[in-house]
Amino acid sequence: MDTPAGYLHWGFILISIPNLLVIGLMIVLFVIALFVPLPGEKE
Amino acid sequence: MRPTNASGPLGERSSSWTARAREEIAERLPMENLLPDRQPYYVGSWVYVFGVVTIAALVLTVLSGVILAIAGPDWWHISAAGRFFNSLHFWSVQVFFVFMVLHLWGQYFMASWRGGRAVTWMVGVVIFAISIAAAFTGYLSQQNFASQWIAVSAKDALNASGLGAFFNVLNFGQMYGIHVLLLPAAIIVLVALHIVWVRMKGVVRPIESSQRATRSTSEKV
Repeated sequence: MDTPAGYLHWGFILISIPNLLVIGLMIVLFVIALFVPLPGEKE
Repeated sequence: MRPTNASGPLGERSSSWTARAREEIAERLPMENLLPDRQPYYVGSWVYVFGVVTIAALVLTVLSGVILAIAGPDWWHISAAGRFFNSLHFWSVQVFFVFMVLHLWGQYFMASWRGGRAVTWMVGVVIFAISIAAAFTGYLSQQNFASQWIAVSAKDALNASGLGAFFNVLNFGQMYGIHVLLLPAAIIVLVALHIVWVRMKGVVRPIESSQRATRSTSEKV
């Protein structure tokens, strides 16, 4: 926790690995929300 | 008093502004819209859950923030319970931002500003902007080395923009007051308005369903 985060660098893009992981998890969660049905009755 | 178009219980126009306001509210936001027990079939998706998770995180953020404000910085940095509530405040903000952005993505791809819902969309954008300012002042209010480092790093940018004269990030009292009162009050009021507008206009139809409805109407004509 006390050590600085690792960074990924491609050209002008510079992002820390924790931030990249959070964005990746958010995209995964969004896609899951699109395809997984919500439980409960439907009319 | 001026005559109005609002009608009373017997259909006559009311001369009282309170009666007119009551009738206006009842017409625009009836109780069955404000507290609905049924929703259209397309609301049965996890995408519609993102907004309510954001509100739940906001409630947790506010409650943990109230406890932190009552007990003070020496408590939240030193005692075990204080550290717990400090962490709870921090992580509920992370959940708030993650789900607010997921809610934004969902509403963006559904073009949720359709059907007279532009005000709801714009209020949401303003809530997002104020939340960023609230998070920033929160980082400045931690009372540790991190908050000092953030303040010293941020002051040059704010001074260069001219905002530094009014918004001094090195002034803990100013940042703390803005963080615990002004910005949360603005967010809570705007979130309440956001929800009321959603209830007034109803949840937006998915684009496909909306096009089908338009097509079937034009076929009938």
